[in-house]
Amino acid sequence: MSSEKKALLEVKNVTLRFGGVVALDKVDFTLYEGEILGLIGPNGAGKTTCFNAMTGVYRPTEGEILFDGQTLSDKKRYKITKMGLARTFQNIRLFPEMTAMENVAVGADAHHKTSIPSALLRLPRHWKEERDGREFGQHLLDFVGITARSDELARNLPYGDQRRLEIARALATRPKLLCLDEPAAGFNPAEKQSLLDLIRKIRDTGVTVLLIEHDMRLVMGVTDRIVVLEFGRKIADGLPAEVRDNPKVIGAYLGVPDAA
Amino acid sequence: MNFDDLFRGFEELTITGLAQGSVYALVALGYTLVYGVLRLINFAHSEVFMFGTFAAVWIWGVMGFDADSSRPAVWLALLLILVAMVFAALVSGGVAMLVEVSAYRPLRKRNAPPLAFLITAIGASFVLLEFMALPFMSDRRQIGMPPMLPTAPIISVGGWEVNPLQLMTIVVALVMMFSLDWFVNKTKFGRGIRAVAQDANTAALMGVNKSRVILLVFLLGGLMAGVAAVLASMRTGYTRFNIGFFLGIKAFSAAVLGGIGNLRGALLGGLLLGLIENYGAALFGTEWKDAISFLVLVALLMFRPTGLLGESLGRARA
Amino acid sequence: MTSAQNWWKRTSNTVGSAWRGMPKWVRILATLLFVAFLYILPNKEFYEYLNIPGVWIPLYTTGVEFPSALFFATWMILLTLGLNIVCGYAGLLDLGFFGFFAVGAYTVALLTSPDSKLITEYHWLESPWPWLVTVPIAVSLALLSGVLLGWPTLRLRGDYLAIVTLGFAEVIRIIARNQDWILNGDRGITRVGHPPGKWSDGKAIFGILDTRPYYWLGLTLIILVIFVSRNLVRSRVGRAWIAIREDEDAAELMGVPTFKFKLWAFAMGASIGGLSGTLWAGQNSFVNSSTFSLENSILVLAALLLGGAGSIGGAILGGFLVVYVPEWLRSLPFLPESIDVNKYRYLVFGIILVVMMIFKPGGIWPNRRRVEEYKDRAKEVAVGVV
Ligand SMILES: Nc1ncnc2c1ncn2[C@@H]1O[C@H](COP(=O)(O)OP(=O)(O)O)[C@@H](O)[C@H]1O
Ligand SMILES: [Mg+2]
Repeated sequence: MSSEKKALLEVKNVTLRFGGVVALDKVDFTLYEGEILGLIGPNGAGKTTCFNAMTGVYRPTEGEILFDGQTLSDKKRYKITKMGLARTFQNIRLFPEMTAMENVAVGADAHHKTSIPSALLRLPRHWKEERDGREFGQHLLDFVGITARSDELARNLPYGDQRRLEIARALATRPKLLCLDEPAAGFNPAEKQSLLDLIRKIRDTGVTVLLIEHDMRLVMGVTDRIVVLEFGRKIADGLPAEVRDNPKVIGAYLGVPDAA
Repeated sequence: MNFDDLFRGFEELTITGLAQGSVYALVALGYTLVYGVLRLINFAHSEVFMFGTFAAVWIWGVMGFDADSSRPAVWLALLLILVAMVFAALVSGGVAMLVEVSAYRPLRKRNAPPLAFLITAIGASFVLLEFMALPFMSDRRQIGMPPMLPTAPIISVGGWEVNPLQLMTIVVALVMMFSLDWFVNKTKFGRGIRAVAQDANTAALMGVNKSRVILLVFLLGGLMAGVAAVLASMRTGYTRFNIGFFLGIKAFSAAVLGGIGNLRGALLGGLLLGLIENYGAALFGTEWKDAISFLVLVALLMFRPTGLLGESLGRARA
Repeated sequence: MTSAQNWWKRTSNTVGSAWRGMPKWVRILATLLFVAFLYILPNKEFYEYLNIPGVWIPLYTTGVEFPSALFFATWMILLTLGLNIVCGYAGLLDLGFFGFFAVGAYTVALLTSPDSKLITEYHWLESPWPWLVTVPIAVSLALLSGVLLGWPTLRLRGDYLAIVTLGFAEVIRIIARNQDWILNGDRGITRVGHPPGKWSDGKAIFGILDTRPYYWLGLTLIILVIFVSRNLVRSRVGRAWIAIREDEDAAELMGVPTFKFKLWAFAMGASIGGLSGTLWAGQNSFVNSSTFSLENSILVLAALLLGGAGSIGGAILGGFLVVYVPEWLRSLPFLPESIDVNKYRYLVFGIILVVMMIFKPGGIWPNRRRVEEYKDRAKEVAVGVV
């Protein structure tokens, strides 16, 4: 990527320890506006932990993460989301007793302001935001392709639709950067293909995407650039073709039969 | 604040604090064990303790000793206490297992949310409490304990005086705790407990019978609470259907103070809480005694929820 | 799954969908008629005819006069509606909820009683204030105490919140009992003021003998609180609460300011609880430290879970049942004198908590979503048969 592109997310020398376990060890990479970056690495490499550090679930022991030029270290989690950083979860974490539409509405509420007084007195703001939430929600459910599920409880959705709903919910927060944690886990090849199309479509709407993935081929097909982690350390960072031929990556990652 | 009282009574306060703290520690083990394995505050544990105190009253009653009896000879008293401890431990252990089997296990079967477990815990606690309060049980009356050990100091060095009950409390509590520590860390059963605490699913894959381990954990907690119940009720001199309430909160505070899920933390937390409470009562007045340990709990949860020795037995929370 | 459970599920589903299938004007009319029925209910000329058909066992209570039993039910229902916001929607287990009721009751008592120490000893007040003026003050104080209790504790994990609220309520009770400053310990405060108003013949509407006006007042407050709950839950606020209940971490990562909304839930629940306390104090004339007792907090929780946490109808039904059923049982002619229903009451409520959690976690009148879910399962079964 050329250097005049604007950096959206800068992970600067981030170290994160859990007691004795070093989950991230001086990890350092940059994500530019408009790209799809793949974050790969064997199981336990620290990919999810990296997401957690970015979204405020854990705070880096050392180092700093900048988003849009602002540090995330002291930001509350919901503020980070409001700044434009949204995510999905490796183990799906929808609100099971809420309908698909309501799940998305919660995301859309991130930028709404209705609180007790407006809700209680049914002030115009309440009605306006409800309408906005519903329309935007419907649009997003269409966008990810689960229009028909709108009124079903999240927990009754089939697995694949739950993954899609998670993406819709994250998009509802109007993110600049969407972080997807193994969104294709448990998918068959056809489903994977349609997910790839969806990810491209998301990028085309102007959202930058950070994609954690286990399946090497999937990442190769869709990403502009790839960062590889192993044991919490970054071992490669570059174009998909470069990374694929990097002997360190082959040793650490491609060697495992899982990726073949 | 009354520093005079604190300094003048320092030796006595310390000994009393350690003896009381030993009881807290024993009961705290029950909370810590269950929490370590199930991540659940077993509210009913205070009632498990309460049943232990009544078990002591009953068994002594059967053997012809009640609140009006005269103090038995020392050898007889020791024998009676031993019998009561065994019986109370069995009753408490049985009640604890009953709660697990009848209340918690069905919830685990249907994968209930954490809130359901908490509500059930409260419900079970309430059922046990109100059962004991029924007209044909204790009828909400206070029931006196027969006198057992002589009250004159048995050790007296300088200003430090220890009476037989205090000595017994501290020694028995330490023995029980070290046995438990050995059991959990050195035996095959203990390995199962630690495995389930670490990661229940993996443990199940490795062939550990999760249900049996959980039952065992409730049993162990109950045994400790039963022994503690005999020691504690000899000190208070009576029991009542709601005697477990504050003791439960205090023991839980002790468990959190030491680091919940951490067996050695329970000992440290119990002893410390006993001391804090007694010094605090001297400083601020005895009517604040129950409030003090509660304030310790709140402060602790807010500023250092992992306790002094850190959470252990289980994994860190994701 | 027992057949009784299936029967109940099927019946409630049929009733539910039949109800929703009716035209809107029918539903509105039926609701209005039902409300009218509730207002007429405490009149003797009316309720005397309410019997179990055939066996002729009265449905009204005789141990306690029926209007009084109905009035008890109204303040209990206000409490369950308050706890429904805290526990049913936001999923926060507040075991000291009854404390807010006590705040409401004590505030009214202190300000309206001529025996209040604020008047007799401290001379902060010249003379007792009217009940109506103290209600907003009491509700605000309850709200404030909800915020004060929530501020430190709502940062804690859910299970810790439970034990802290439990202990807090008990410590407050002990202080109220042992300290003599203003609350007057066990002796309490007597001669608490009543709501205002006179009949045309000059007699006070809210007197001591006739409980009906209190019931009407309570019923009106319930209708008000129903609208409050409904407006809140069908809005961004309610979505935030339910999201927090379902998965607090995920909610926060989706942009929900969780602490703020949990605090709001606490505050709203507390003010409704406080409102209930003002109503109760206004009728009862006497408040003392046993008002704080832990049993009552558990009772409200049991009522809510029995009816159905997270559902307004469920909260109301639960609150009604826990008051009505014991009173009704006590009135039954064939129940021997020696069995004091009150002594078994709390045990039964504990059992209800445990049993409901195991067999019917949604309550008798679950939230509609849960009903929908059952319906889906029913469909699956039907398909399976084909
Ligand atoms: N909360 C935690 N406490 C302790 N260790 C953790 C915690 N979260 C993650 N880890 C450790 O951090 C390492 C990286 O985990 P993770 O980020 O989930 O890997 P990945 O997503 O790449 O598979 C693992 O060794 C894991 O055990
Ligand atoms: Mg991962």
